[in-house]
Amino acid sequence: MNLDSLMLMRDELLLTLIILVVLIAEIILSPKNKKYIIQLALGLFGIYTIVSFIPLPKGSLFGGSYQTYPLVHYFKAILATGVFLILLQSVSWIKEKLLPYDFTAEFFILLFASLLGLNFMMSAGDFLMFYLGLELSTMPIIALTTFEFWNHRSIEAGVKYVMLASLSSAILLFGVSLVYATAGSINFDVIKGALHLPLLEIIGLIMIFIGIGFKISLVPFHFWAADVYEGAPTVISNYLSVISKGAAVYVLMTLLFITFTAFQKEWNWIMYGTAILTMVVGNLFALRQQNMKRFLAFSSIAQAGFILLAMLSNNALGVKAIVYFLLVYIFSNVAAFGVVHVISLKSGKENIDDYNGLYISNPKLSLVLMIALFSLAGIPPVAGFFAKFFLYTAAASKGYYVLIFIAVLNVTISLYYYLLPVRAAFLRRSENPIPYFKSDNYSRIAFIITMIGLLVLGLYSGVFEFISNISNIL
Amino acid sequence: MMNEFSYLYLIPLIPLLTFIFLGFTAKKIKEPISGYIGTASLLSIFILSLYTAYKYFFVVGLVDGKYQSIKIMLKENWIHFSDKLGIDIGLLVDPISVMMLVVVTTISLMVHIYSLGYMHDDTGYSRFYAYLSLFTFSMLGLVLSSNLFMIYIFWELVGVSSFLLIGFYFEKPSAVAASKKAFIVTRFADMFFLIGILMVGYFAHTFDFETLNSPSTYETIQNWIANHQIASFMGISVFTWALIFIYIGGMGKSAMFPLHIWLPDAMEGPTPVSALIHAATMVVAGVFLVARLYPLYFHVEDGFALRIVAVVGAFSALFAAIIALTQEDIKRVLAFSTMSQIGYMMMALGVSGFNGHEGLGYMAGMFHLFTHAMFKALLFLTAGAIIHAVHSNYMKDMGGLNKYMPVSSLVFLIAALAISGIPPFAGFFSKDEILTAAFEYNIFIWLVGFLVAGLTAFYMFRLYFRIFFNKQPDYGDHKPHEAPYTMLFALIFLGLMTMIAGFIPFSELVSADRMPFHSHIEWTDPLVIASILMAASGIGVAYLMYYKETSYPEKVATAMGKGYKWAKNKFYIDELYIFITHKIIFEHVSKPIAWFDRNVIDGFMNLLGLTVEKLAERIKIIQTGRMQDYAMYFVSGVIAIVMLIIYFN
Repeated sequence: MNLDSLMLMRDELLLTLIILVVLIAEIILSPKNKKYIIQLALGLFGIYTIVSFIPLPKGSLFGGSYQTYPLVHYFKAILATGVFLILLQSVSWIKEKLLPYDFTAEFFILLFASLLGLNFMMSAGDFLMFYLGLELSTMPIIALTTFEFWNHRSIEAGVKYVMLASLSSAILLFGVSLVYATAGSINFDVIKGALHLPLLEIIGLIMIFIGIGFKISLVPFHFWAADVYEGAPTVISNYLSVISKGAAVYVLMTLLFITFTAFQKEWNWIMYGTAILTMVVGNLFALRQQNMKRFLAFSSIAQAGFILLAMLSNNALGVKAIVYFLLVYIFSNVAAFGVVHVISLKSGKENIDDYNGLYISNPKLSLVLMIALFSLAGIPPVAGFFAKFFLYTAAASKGYYVLIFIAVLNVTISLYYYLLPVRAAFLRRSENPIPYFKSDNYSRIAFIITMIGLLVLGLYSGVFEFISNISNIL
Repeated sequence: MMNEFSYLYLIPLIPLLTFIFLGFTAKKIKEPISGYIGTASLLSIFILSLYTAYKYFFVVGLVDGKYQSIKIMLKENWIHFSDKLGIDIGLLVDPISVMMLVVVTTISLMVHIYSLGYMHDDTGYSRFYAYLSLFTFSMLGLVLSSNLFMIYIFWELVGVSSFLLIGFYFEKPSAVAASKKAFIVTRFADMFFLIGILMVGYFAHTFDFETLNSPSTYETIQNWIANHQIASFMGISVFTWALIFIYIGGMGKSAMFPLHIWLPDAMEGPTPVSALIHAATMVVAGVFLVARLYPLYFHVEDGFALRIVAVVGAFSALFAAIIALTQEDIKRVLAFSTMSQIGYMMMALGVSGFNGHEGLGYMAGMFHLFTHAMFKALLFLTAGAIIHAVHSNYMKDMGGLNKYMPVSSLVFLIAALAISGIPPFAGFFSKDEILTAAFEYNIFIWLVGFLVAGLTAFYMFRLYFRIFFNKQPDYGDHKPHEAPYTMLFALIFLGLMTMIAGFIPFSELVSADRMPFHSHIEWTDPLVIASILMAASGIGVAYLMYYKETSYPEKVATAMGKGYKWAKNKFYIDELYIFITHKIIFEHVSKPIAWFDRNVIDGFMNLLGLTVEKLAERIKIIQTGRMQDYAMYFVSGVIAIVMLIIYFN
């Protein structure tokens, strides 16, 4: 193994390096200089984000257990962008809440470690790497969930998450062992060739997908999502609903479309049912929420149901649609969570009714919220509309018209609740609205980037063209 | 050919830039300036549109006796899904889009000018002009779209701007509720539209209007339907279903029964907005959509979808006209009247043929769209001036306004004569051609149209007499006064348009097969005479019932003793009319229909919402917050899926 082939792992190596640098800085910096860790970590991660867009060749390492190709590489870059935006939004939170307890470096190290795990998981060429990546991404998040330890909800969320995540991991591992027992290998390529689908193997595969489905919060494996999102620090809820979910969707897609294509027809009808259940349940719960974080949690469950629409197609159009959707979804959700985050940090208010009259006091923030929610609801010309439209076309390419009909019906229902915060902000008055405040410059930059993203991604077709050029993974 | 119209992208672009500019500076620019900016930008695109119309219809459009459709490509192959299916961004210039350009910019300009006076001293003045520009941009984009995908985007944008404008007075809870209702109902319809678009995309392999409407496409589709008998549902082929779904989208925007419930409530918006969006432009988008895809509607499966268009249109026309008889709020009368007239246009498209003179219905439908935009906008704007003067929407607070507001009275009369179909005003020509086309198609459809013509004349003049004559309420110290000049200018301009628009030789310009044909009114035709008589008798009845409800008859009775019996006899006739209308039509037809509309149709929509909410309440108990429960559900889910797999394997 020479240096060139190690460069294939550039993203992961760089991330590890950043983790080490932050750790060393934590050790050598004197307590009064600890606040520079924020700038250091942000700067390094910014560089990493930019570097991650530099193309990499296709290749594999460690006997095929690590694989990279353009699509996965750019998807990592997308996730890095998402994490970077989340970090920008969290600066003032870190300064205010974590710095006094001297938890700054830990926050960055854990978050980067989790992203590292996701990167490994997506690049995995066998179940070992896949599982290691999955756990590496989950463990730090559990710790991060409890980071607001003065708040008992945060602790409760952490406990719930650790228990349910280990349950899902156990089921996933059990599935892996069943597949290993029948196919005789843990390597994806070998398994693909040896897939004869006896009942035992099918059950094993189902358990694997249930394990991933937990991460994506598909119904009926979604129960943790709302409680954890509500209890966890908003930054972490944002990360869970966007980054970790995005990576899990990507893995589900590659496994289904490439390795277990033969299995798809056994599974399709279950996925069909899961898609409907997820959309409907997510929507029905979102309808009744008053807390913005819970509301976004259920909305993100419903969004996962829509992704399954394209998951059913199992063709190149499906790959494009999913990757594009995730890209847009990251931008929309980061923006929406970001607004909730800054408002909750400045005023401690998290309920929809608290947003009454927000437009009068904070017009720009209200606009960001509106565009983000319109994008999630799929109202043109915001990017979210195009993303949903591609999902429909992917499902239509296999003739799932009834499912599309149900999906569009759900989008119409979802419109109702996405409009609630918008209505509160724009069309309602309040006796004591959230007072005007100036959000910090870091969050402003994040908002500007997401807004540009939401408008440009939709109207500039180059992005979709690019994704469609690199999606030839089938 | 292409470069002739390459400036056309400016037409939607200018209002968009105006919107962005006004939107960002809304707080800094003071009252008259933002209005002037909006009006100036509209004036510029109004001139551009007129120039385009002139150039298209009289210079370059007609090639070999057929109007060409010219596509200005802004971005070729903007998105491609597969080798077969892609989307371009382009602008389409053809007779109907040019006609719509003129309609939208004319009405929008008039509304802009009118609002300089109407919105005077309103706190949301700049915001209002910003929204107006957004709407104008979206509507122009919709009109110029070259494919189904683009039209859908602008379709939604129009919906968003309508949402913003209906809810403009957000201090009023009813306005907020109305805006939401309008948005949700039309989105419900758009859901079908979107599915229809996807289906068309996958069966015709294109979204492009030009390709879709070309003979080769619909012949291919016809062959495909003939060879794929299986691909049908309830005996109707998939493609016809796609067209029906698209039409449902149009029904939502155009307030066709039963998706019309948002339109009367939408009157909560400022009156100029009602004139622009809910009378002249946005609500006819559904008509425009059917006209856009007319060759497909006509040819696919012998025009089955078109028959539905005709029946829904005719029914809506009659339904709304009957309800309009009972309304007391003048804006609601006008709203139902709009629904009725749009039903007329839909009916006209539905009964039309394709080639040459057979396409009379299509031409008449478009013609009516054009004339209706003028006189209905005029009616709404006049209503706005009246409401401005008496500060009420209700007819009981009006009366005798003729002497206070002579100009408004005159233009209202012109518009009312036009909508009633009295020659030589604009509405007569278009309405008469619709009735002729309907007569050739089906006697029952014609009968419905004929009846609606009479009802329209009646309710319109009921409105006219009760507002401008009849008993005068006590206005107190604040005598009603004529509107300011800006408002009067718009009224007079539209009044002139209403008088002359009927003489435009429309069949030479717009036709189903794009070939000009000649049509003229045969004054001795019994159909023409019958329709004029019908309108005149509607007006007559209204005159008898509402003009004379003053003390005048009593004075005549006492002053001229001999004339008393004559007056009394006249009174008998009044009684008879009142008996027929009030006792029979109102009590037994209108009221039940209005009740049905209020309770059953609205109720059904409410029930749907309620069910969803109840269901959400029910399943809420599952989300207990207890981890043990979650783990149990999780494991049960796993077991259930595994059992299902084992069972079905």
